[in-house]
Amino acid sequence: MTTTSESVPLPGAHPAGAGAQVTTVPEHVVEIISDSGEGAQRCGQSFGAIAARTGNGVWTVEIIPAEIQPPARSVAGASGNRVRLGSSRITNGGDAADLVVAFNEQVLLGRVHANELKPGCTILLESMWRAHRNPSIAASYAEAFDALVASGYRVVEVPMERECRKLVPDTRRGKNMFALGMLCSIYRLDLDLARDQVALTFRKKTRALIETNTRLLVAGYEWAREHLDLAFHIPAAPAAQDQVVLNGNMALALGVVASGMEVCSMYPITPATSASHYLSEIFPKVGGVVHQAEDEIAACTFAIGASYAGKCAVTITSGPGYSLKQEAIGLAVMAEIPLVVVDVQRGGPSTGQPTKVEQGDLLTTVFGSHGDAPKVVIAPSSIEDCFYSVITARRIAETFNMVVVVLSDASLATAQQPFPRPEFDPAWLAPPVDQSQVPEGLAPYAWDETTGLSRRFVPGQPGGMYTLTGLAHDTAGSVAYDPDANEQGLHARSLKLAALQRTLTTPTVHGDESGDLLVIGWGSTKGAIEEAVDRARDDGLRVSSLHLRFVNPLPSGLKEIMDRFGRVMTVEGNWGDRPDDRIIDESNRRYTALAMLLRSRYLVDVDCWSEVGGQPLKPGRVHRVITRKLGRS
Amino acid sequence: MIDFSRDGVAECLLRLYDERVEIEGFQKGVPRWCAGCGDNAVLAALQRLLRDEGLRPEKTVFVSGIGCSSRLPHYMNTYGFHGIHGRALPVAEGIRLARPDLNVFVNTGDGDSFSIGAAHWLHAIRYNMRMVVMVHDNQIYGLTKKQASPTSPRGTKSNTTPRGSYLEGLNPLTVTLGVQNVSFVAQVADWIPEVLYDVIQAAFHHDGLSFIRIVQRCPEWMPDNFDRWLHDPAKVTLLHHPTSLSISPALARLYPNHLEHDPSNIHRARELASVQDPVPIGILYHDPTVPRYDEILRADATHSGTAVRRLLDAEFDKFAVQGGGTRV
Ligand SMILES: Cc1ncc(C[n+]2csc(CCOP(=O)(O)OP(=O)(O)O)c2C)c(N)n1
Ligand code: SF4
Ligand SMILES: [Mg+2]
Repeated sequence: MTTTSESVPLPGAHPAGAGAQVTTVPEHVVEIISDSGEGAQRCGQSFGAIAARTGNGVWTVEIIPAEIQPPARSVAGASGNRVRLGSSRITNGGDAADLVVAFNEQVLLGRVHANELKPGCTILLESMWRAHRNPSIAASYAEAFDALVASGYRVVEVPMERECRKLVPDTRRGKNMFALGMLCSIYRLDLDLARDQVALTFRKKTRALIETNTRLLVAGYEWAREHLDLAFHIPAAPAAQDQVVLNGNMALALGVVASGMEVCSMYPITPATSASHYLSEIFPKVGGVVHQAEDEIAACTFAIGASYAGKCAVTITSGPGYSLKQEAIGLAVMAEIPLVVVDVQRGGPSTGQPTKVEQGDLLTTVFGSHGDAPKVVIAPSSIEDCFYSVITARRIAETFNMVVVVLSDASLATAQQPFPRPEFDPAWLAPPVDQSQVPEGLAPYAWDETTGLSRRFVPGQPGGMYTLTGLAHDTAGSVAYDPDANEQGLHARSLKLAALQRTLTTPTVHGDESGDLLVIGWGSTKGAIEEAVDRARDDGLRVSSLHLRFVNPLPSGLKEIMDRFGRVMTVEGNWGDRPDDRIIDESNRRYTALAMLLRSRYLVDVDCWSEVGGQPLKPGRVHRVITRKLGRS
Repeated sequence: MIDFSRDGVAECLLRLYDERVEIEGFQKGVPRWCAGCGDNAVLAALQRLLRDEGLRPEKTVFVSGIGCSSRLPHYMNTYGFHGIHGRALPVAEGIRLARPDLNVFVNTGDGDSFSIGAAHWLHAIRYNMRMVVMVHDNQIYGLTKKQASPTSPRGTKSNTTPRGSYLEGLNPLTVTLGVQNVSFVAQVADWIPEVLYDVIQAAFHHDGLSFIRIVQRCPEWMPDNFDRWLHDPAKVTLLHHPTSLSISPALARLYPNHLEHDPSNIHRARELASVQDPVPIGILYHDPTVPRYDEILRADATHSGTAVRRLLDAEFDKFAVQGGGTRV
């Protein structure tokens, strides 16, 4: 998006910074970065929340170093937050930053090297290092400063340390709120709203701490007013409806509550754990239980036990944990036990990149577990979707007696976005545990010929006694020794997927219904892809996009849509072979996951482009891909 | 309305009697275990227990893993969960947590619980959720045709250790008694049905997880394995105590070694557990006061739609942005 800026003087006479020319912009990307432990993440999240409360569109992205405690002042140690705020709805983290607050020059260089800053970007840099008693630190600071200025960045040195010391002895706890105050001043956000936010952020801390942080906030705000000739206004259009600001993992956790589930069993794993942290905090209030099991196999089988006993349960994990659950998931498929599995994807294979985003688990969730194990896979594409997907998942799991996987990722997990406040609907809740008498003669797997569905028997139901087994079984649930019975079971479990597929609606095309190129995506990349498509359409390109929420089963009507476009490609966050590699050709090229699914299902020549850098997808990247694909550059 | 007239009471008793399920009512199918397999004795004891305790078949769940022993639920006319290898315990925990009203029994093998499911075994002891856990320890992998198990005595010739197994067998009793929160540990032998029954019954009444190691004969793969105990009653010590089990005169005549053992004494229990010859049979340890994780977890559990609505409202309020831009 091009930033058209106009300058308006702020009404009223104020000293120095308060009288700064206010530049009105439709959106900005702001980053706050520090060594880890200095609280930049908290600053960024609060800033995003305040902007959202003001009515701005907001999307925040966490900047996470790979290690918990990387060495101080290291290029790889940048920790913090990116906040993209705009006048209208924001659906992704955007491209490069317009303004950066950095607590030291090294973490800043990390972001510069990663090309995360716009040319000419404004940098507010902690100045304490210039006169540091360690000469090599002072030298590296001076050198970096000069280089940044020479590269055309607008570097403003800010004595954050000095100013904070006036209020607190340990600036490692506090500088972040000073920075928050500065940002609120620069972006002309309401100070009272900011005070409110500080109180909310530290709601679990002491009163004294909230007061100290509020003083730091105000100090930062006033300092910027007086000293900074820097002010932006991003017109806010407060939504007509009430909004909530959450990150994806919190939305998942609230979805668990809203779905009426009562049991979550899990084993800690990044980036899924924070969902369980939040759930642990709130779940007991509705009689819900979070069980931290001894490992993921136990977590999954525990959930299966609870589900079998009548309380559909959820287990939350990420890639390595998902792999461990595979055998148990197969049991749930085979025995037709409803189960919700949340996979917050991270980089893989193996331990991979724990804090980084990747869409690498699509095929393992669709096809995983040995044998034919049909299950449902839903990929939320926004924070709001994380909430509703869990509700949908629980309902499908219990209606079809199936395993439903909710496939989120590291990008959605920590990103924050406002969305319309959900209105509770009692229909979200699970029905009470069925304890009615089972009609005489009814078998536990009396598979319906057309849909494959059968009625689940729950322990406690008189007349329903049977022994559930993961072995091949007949309609009575008895171990099946004859070949027909096994085939009958496979048949029924497969039909259920088709029965569900019949109920799905065809997703709508973003852009025109036909054109030269259709870009198909799934999961967290929706915002970036649609923004890129909009930009390309502004350039005059005939491109549209389609985003899939149900990745298994795929809804009907996709073939018809694809047929209306000259070319079709997916944009994904999982590995696909690069066709220009010397030894790659059509006989060995490994397509990305969704492309592979679409090609095999529809016999359409679907191309693919993917990125596995571990960062949230940027609209600018996709825009370039589209442009190149359509022969312009 | 309760009718206290004589007829009313009689009618009530009659109905109770009607609802009682006889042993046949708990039987299902024909067990496919080998002749002489110790699993048959466990099945018989359980069917008797269910009848004697007047348990409702629909309120009872037998959970197992994979192995010969894990076939047991198929022969019980109750609900049954014959899951995957090694994972009977976490499945049973999930059932227990979701349903405090059900009777939960677990039947598992030595490979199932001490090898592939070893992590779950230790943690289940620590969770102390109410259930009866029976490990059918035949010291071999039965179903998969004779491979050494963690409890196989050193030198056991099996298909994976044709020259004899290399390591000392694991002692499940000492390990179990070393776990925090252990609350009930017993050892029985399939060929002493009276103690087998009494111990399972005591376990059923225990308010927590009861762990029973059942020394189980596998005539198919380990025909002489327990001969030294079987053929020489002097190699068996029967445990008894006024607070625990007593030994019937008939049994006392058969087995000369009796030991009065107070099952609340964990140090003594650990000592006894480490003795193989003579083998202690009976309840080694019992502490009814250990807290149950299933109870702790469900402390404030009353799930309702109203509570869900209230919680969601409160949380959304916390993170709300009102249309118009101020906090709610
Ligand atoms: C994941 C997995 N690995 C291996 C097996 C094969 N397997 C089935 S039963 C069993 C061992 C059974 O031994 P035990 O638990 O002692 O039971 P027993 O048959 O002796 O009663 C094995 C290895 C399996 N079913 N699943
Ligand atoms: S193989 Fe052994 S354990 Fe299995 S049924 Fe036969 S005797 Fe019993
Ligand atoms: Mg065995």
